[in-house]
Amino acid sequence: MITLGKALNHGLRRALEDDPKVVIMGEDVGKLGGVFRITDGLQKDFGENRVIDTPLAEAGIVGTAVGLAIRGFRPVCEIQFDGFVFPAYNQIVAQVAKMHYRSKGKLRLPITIRIPYGGGIGAVEHHSESPEAYFAHTPGLKVVTCSNPVDAYTMIQQAIASDDPVIFFEPKRRYWEKGEVDLDAPLSGAFPLHSARVVRPGGDATLLAYGPMVRVALDAASAAAEDGRELEVIDVRSLSPIDYPVIFESVRRTGRAVVVHEAPGNVGLGAEIAARITEECFYSLEAPVLRVTGYDIPYPAARIEEEYLPDLDRVLDAVDRSFGW
Amino acid sequence: MAKGESVAGTDIPPGGFVQLLTPDGERIDSVTTADGTTYSVDFTDEEFRELYRDLVTVRRLDSEAVALQRQGELGIWASLLGQEAAQVGSGRALRPQDMAFPTYREHGVLYCRGIDPIMPFGLFRGVDQGGWDANEFKFNQYTIVIGSQTLHATGYAMGVTMDGRTGSADGEAVIAYFGDGATSQGEVNEAFVWSGVFNSPIVFFCQNNQYAISEPLERQTRVPLYQRAGGYGFPGIRVDGNDVLATYAVTRAALDNARNGQGPTLIEAYTYRMGAHTSSDDPTRYRISSEVESWKAKDPISRLRAFLTKQKIAKKDFFAQVDEDANRKALDLRERVLAMPDPEPVALFDHVYPHGSPEVDAQRAAFTEYQASFEGSGH
Repeated sequence: MITLGKALNHGLRRALEDDPKVVIMGEDVGKLGGVFRITDGLQKDFGENRVIDTPLAEAGIVGTAVGLAIRGFRPVCEIQFDGFVFPAYNQIVAQVAKMHYRSKGKLRLPITIRIPYGGGIGAVEHHSESPEAYFAHTPGLKVVTCSNPVDAYTMIQQAIASDDPVIFFEPKRRYWEKGEVDLDAPLSGAFPLHSARVVRPGGDATLLAYGPMVRVALDAASAAAEDGRELEVIDVRSLSPIDYPVIFESVRRTGRAVVVHEAPGNVGLGAEIAARITEECFYSLEAPVLRVTGYDIPYPAARIEEEYLPDLDRVLDAVDRSFGW
Repeated sequence: MAKGESVAGTDIPPGGFVQLLTPDGERIDSVTTADGTTYSVDFTDEEFRELYRDLVTVRRLDSEAVALQRQGELGIWASLLGQEAAQVGSGRALRPQDMAFPTYREHGVLYCRGIDPIMPFGLFRGVDQGGWDANEFKFNQYTIVIGSQTLHATGYAMGVTMDGRTGSADGEAVIAYFGDGATSQGEVNEAFVWSGVFNSPIVFFCQNNQYAISEPLERQTRVPLYQRAGGYGFPGIRVDGNDVLATYAVTRAALDNARNGQGPTLIEAYTYRMGAHTSSDDPTRYRISSEVESWKAKDPISRLRAFLTKQKIAKKDFFAQVDEDANRKALDLRERVLAMPDPEPVALFDHVYPHGSPEVDAQRAAFTEYQASFEGSGH
């Protein structure tokens, strides 16, 4: 049994072993091993040219990664916290996302940008945000997030091996959750990076969640089962592109869908997923697609963040509303 | 004292600069800066003539582009008028293995890299967004967001070091182009920090053309720009950017320092944007004509022509031939620009991702079907 954080560490280690062009760069990723220790021990084993402690400037981390990628490297950038990504936003959105399109496919930027995200850890401002929609909205980027140690281990390797720029969101409050991970499993033939996965089958309603909210959705499904409702839980995993066929198949069967995420609901992933379900599954729906999300407010102070974060009760409340339609 | 201060020459800005050819065409054999570095050039007569040919050619091609824009054939054009020496001098100083990261105005550098001058016209005509292979030409795509490319250049230069391609006379160096306005950008300052910390093989080549669209230099800085380098721990030097000989000498030395493992240099090429910022700009709203006139007297081409004439390196028939050749190149360029085809509408969806994406692929299919629905209906 290893934690999700350790699974990421193993995945990064294997990526460094498998491809000499992979370099890890970020603030405190070397000697310290990152503030969450995700890169623990990697600089010691791979050297300062492969695991680079950078100056403290996020635009610089991503901007220099662009140059390294142009030269043929495969940079893995660590942004220390979700709320610190915005100094790099220009480089990510205006440069990383567009370089392949701009160059008519002649320049690939196989950059992975790791971002610990989400709340629930009692942190100060800027350490608990869920900025995934900004990136999912940007053509040219791919956006994924893992929810468990097995996926963490596989998906980080797949993201690094991908020729696309990938924004890799890590559910920081799940870093310490444990699971059985086969560290010898081959990457080829692994579950595809951009596929959604049914993590609990059920026929009565579909719960759609990703990252830190998958655990909440699974707990809600367990509780609902005690009341005789079988909820199907889908771990969306890939936020751009979204694996809609899996979602549509489920909703056509269940007729009800609830989307759960921590980010504010307004113009969020849930809104997009709800719109697409409505377009594609209209005649199968027994109720409107409902969303359980963070409120449309800045991320709140730690002492009241539990009121902000979707939890089991709010998810079940939404399920009740769906059935009561 | 920083490099570039109190150096001989005429018509010099406060703080001085390196000048090897005065506005009157008088050659200064060598200049030694405060740190003891001596700059000079050792060109053959033929090389002097070729430099002149470069300057005239890039100016003539630029004027053709301005005309094409005025005739509606280009959406916009960023003219290099007045900055020919800064671009040709630095461009010719690059060795084949060196990598350049331009802004959107480095048409002269592009030309000196031996690249077909039509290459960036797709961008300005609006038929593509550049579309060239930075590695094939050792010349990155034009970057429009001010200063962003300095970080790309810095990362590339870090990669040069990681590949073990510095520390020898045949090592690789990187040059990042930007303007005076860009020096205010955080990203440019981050590039300075990074390059200093990693001792990267890079030359920061700032064409200080005195204006960031309408804003004069005083709105960007209260110290001469080259002096900023000291704060980042590497040398800064100012050169007469209208002097192709000095620009060449200073850039060549900085690039060689970089490839030899001695780290970055900031070069401030002191010049003047004689034209508008772009074809969409109206400089009469923010600068006076006497200022423009005073810079005409420092023109990069006329001073080299005066030198070539006085030294009997070239005669009238040579100058006439250069003009004629440049004219022919410009007309050829015009014809080829006019012949550039518009992309097929479905090209909208090309190259968003290296291996496609189900969402984009589905939109392409829907778009194609939608377009086909108009066939035969006169659309």
